[in-house]
Amino acid sequence: MNAKTKLTDPKKESLPGVPNINFMGMRHIAVWASIILSIASLVSLGVKGLNFAIDFTGGTVVEVKYNNPADVNQIRLNLEADGFKSPMVQQFGSTHDVLIRLAPQEGVSGSNLKSRVMGILNKDPSNIAELNRIEFVGPQVGDDLVTDSGLALLYASIGILIYVALRFEYRFALGAILATLHDVVMILGFFSVLQLEFDLSVLAAVLTIMGYSLNDTIVVFDRIRENFRKLRRGEVVEVMNISINETLSRTLMTSFLTLLSVIAMALFGGQVIHNFALALIVGIVVGTYSSIYVASALALKLGVSRMDLMPPEKEGALDNRP
Amino acid sequence: MRNRYPVWKNLLILTVLAFGIIYSLPNFYGEDPSVQLSPSRNAKIDQSVLLQIEKLLADNGVKAKASELNDKRILVRFHDTDTQIKAEELLKSNMGNNYSVALNLAPATPGWLRAIGAKPMYLGLDLRGGVHFMLQVDMDAAVTQAQDRYAEDIRTNLREAKVRYLSVERDKASIIVKFQDAQTLAQGREVIKKEVRGLVLNVLENEQAIVATISEQEIREVRKFAVAQNITILRNRVNELGVAEPVIQQQGEDRIVVQLPGVQDTARAKEILGATATLEFRLVDSEHVIGPDGKAPLGTRIYNDRAGRPLLLQRKIIVTGDQVVDASSGLDQQSGSPAVFITLNGTGAKKMADTTKESIGKAMAVVFIENKSETKEIGGQKVTTKRKVEEVINVATIRDRFSKRFQITGLDSTEEARNLALLLRAGALAAPMDIVEERTVGPSLGKENIAQGERSFLIGFALVAIVVLVYYKVFGIIANLTLVFNMALIMAILSSFQATLTLPGIAGFTLTVGMAVDANVLIYERIKEELRNGNSPQAAIYAGFDRAFATIFDSHITNLLAAIMLFGIGSGPVKGFAVTLTIGIITSLFTAVTCTRMMVNWIYGEKRGVKLWI
Repeated sequence: MNAKTKLTDPKKESLPGVPNINFMGMRHIAVWASIILSIASLVSLGVKGLNFAIDFTGGTVVEVKYNNPADVNQIRLNLEADGFKSPMVQQFGSTHDVLIRLAPQEGVSGSNLKSRVMGILNKDPSNIAELNRIEFVGPQVGDDLVTDSGLALLYASIGILIYVALRFEYRFALGAILATLHDVVMILGFFSVLQLEFDLSVLAAVLTIMGYSLNDTIVVFDRIRENFRKLRRGEVVEVMNISINETLSRTLMTSFLTLLSVIAMALFGGQVIHNFALALIVGIVVGTYSSIYVASALALKLGVSRMDLMPPEKEGALDNRP
Repeated sequence: MRNRYPVWKNLLILTVLAFGIIYSLPNFYGEDPSVQLSPSRNAKIDQSVLLQIEKLLADNGVKAKASELNDKRILVRFHDTDTQIKAEELLKSNMGNNYSVALNLAPATPGWLRAIGAKPMYLGLDLRGGVHFMLQVDMDAAVTQAQDRYAEDIRTNLREAKVRYLSVERDKASIIVKFQDAQTLAQGREVIKKEVRGLVLNVLENEQAIVATISEQEIREVRKFAVAQNITILRNRVNELGVAEPVIQQQGEDRIVVQLPGVQDTARAKEILGATATLEFRLVDSEHVIGPDGKAPLGTRIYNDRAGRPLLLQRKIIVTGDQVVDASSGLDQQSGSPAVFITLNGTGAKKMADTTKESIGKAMAVVFIENKSETKEIGGQKVTTKRKVEEVINVATIRDRFSKRFQITGLDSTEEARNLALLLRAGALAAPMDIVEERTVGPSLGKENIAQGERSFLIGFALVAIVVLVYYKVFGIIANLTLVFNMALIMAILSSFQATLTLPGIAGFTLTVGMAVDANVLIYERIKEELRNGNSPQAAIYAGFDRAFATIFDSHITNLLAAIMLFGIGSGPVKGFAVTLTIGIITSLFTAVTCTRMMVNWIYGEKRGVKLWI
């Protein structure tokens, strides 16, 4: 906190309970932190890429439960001996549960694959595997999904841009969309660095976070607009600072509550939605940060001024102000 | 500035809440393991069959919980899965010939709820176990087949019109018709133009040839038709599998999703889905009768019709299914009764003309033949048997001599006409399909998924509720009640639409808890702020709700935007998430604003000098 730059609105200062943190004063540090992290994420995405699940790449996933602890290495060797190229075999949950991932192969479809794999897995008659789940995705389906997903992200961004531009002003819209993309890049970076499996549900989480982070940003922007009109004096930076402080308790409270439910999902929701919940956790944390710092700082950088949000009060009618 | 709602508004809110609670109730009653019987073919299903089943079960000491007869099936409920499986075996061995017997999990919704149409949510495959197939229809093959048909069509028409041609050949995207000279080319062009629709004709002057290309519109039709037809065939076959509540729907332009809940044996399912079908047109033999020993006289064969009645047909086949170019249903222009219009190709037309010339007044039958292969485990060894199912689907009297185009009338209903047309086409020209995605979820994993989903939801909900209660006190209680109402409303709406609940769908519920409470947080923080600004409690409540609304509205719209985009990429489970989230966002706008306000009004409205516990 920078003690020298004090808020000048006397009314606000005298109020107990409203925090008085100079967020905008720290915006340069925040922007640099964001830039560095974004670049790191992008580099990781470029170098390591994402660990795409079979939803996107095509291939086969088999999940089995053994009645005795399973020897993962032996299973891998058995699979390789039968001609499967670099199969991924791992345990999850317990030593009895084994997950096997196989790359797509020419001319091999679901059912003959299933009997073949189950035959290999049950080589040891003293330890029998029960099939929990088998998924086979053809490469064409994966390709289509990649296209559809890219389009969905693009459309979501455009939709957001248009909506915020209509409701506020284009510089706010740009700030909001950049802050949102910042969050998306961070989640992708997180998944890339740790090489966590990126499946369809994680993509769903990314889109959800776009909406969520934007929601946070909008609440701050709404307050900035309101304060621009209410506090006739004061620099743009100060008004933004006051607005962020006023909405801080709400921002933190909501993020905390949403985090609680999502953490419960990550801890108790089981393996299928674990990565989905993880993506949401990262997204909520980053999204909260970005709506406090990135969105407003960007709008400021883009040169938003008091005049941009003053009446003609066309949109003001929607405000329902008394 | 009065913190009071008019009576009608309160009543409206309470009505909506009552709807939410009542229609979400069926989800809490669980499911009964049960066995379902539906008639295959024309076997009857009525009270007497129900009594027969009840007697059969009772005689064998299988205790049923309840049994019921609804429009097209009989459902027998049991107390546990062991009895259910015992009963299934019993029913299959005793009634399996005429009825398809399937295991089912029937919702144990009490009668009064069922009476008002309340049903539980439909559980997705990841929650109940089963197989999911995605099949891709080979569109190129469908178009090639169409081109072959057109080529055949052109040949026949030119021949009928006695126009000499050198050759008719298919060449990649078009059909090339070559002629000897300009005169026959001109004649040929007229004939093709008049008789064969859906083609774009171009003349290659120096080669004395016509290049016929199928029009864009026609190709679109062919593609649409190929998918629709494959879906129909799949539906027929899945019904035969005896699966309770299968899902068969088109996805995208050229894909079909088939979901078979409860099925574990993917090999058998695939065999049935992949069966091929053909048709045969044969004359009915009215000169002979079936011998007393049940043997067919020389030159004839015994077939059964759909009701299982035996029928004597001639051994000689007139026309086979691959010679059927098209079949469609409609109304006979003269009588206005339902009819099926059939078009044959050139070879078929000639044979048909020869036969009908001599057989006016006789009856002709259409035989539907399905080739199925079944794999069974016998003594630890897998044995694949090929089976041919033959069935007479229609018998009609020949009224006239006909060849290429003819119609079948005298059908009972337009529905029968439609079905017959579909079957005729099914035998003729189904485009090949490939399985491009296959997912099997074991039943124990399904149960585990439900348990984990429920647990994470309840824990998340409890954590949020506790924090809200501690932080906002009386207003926290209100917020928590609102949350409960919100969940009930989402569940009620999902149940009413019979939407599918998936594991990500449950995650959607959990996430909605966090998002829905946001609206309450916004309002409460605003009220606190107004109090800090020195406003009276009543004014603070009023201004808090009023000012927070614009923000809540904006933030809901943005969340909604993202949720709707999710539909775009959504296959199966993700769609479930998108649906839950979208509905959750909309209902939370209602509950957080109006329900909260109503309760706040009841507690604090109209009172002076109250202290707000917030």
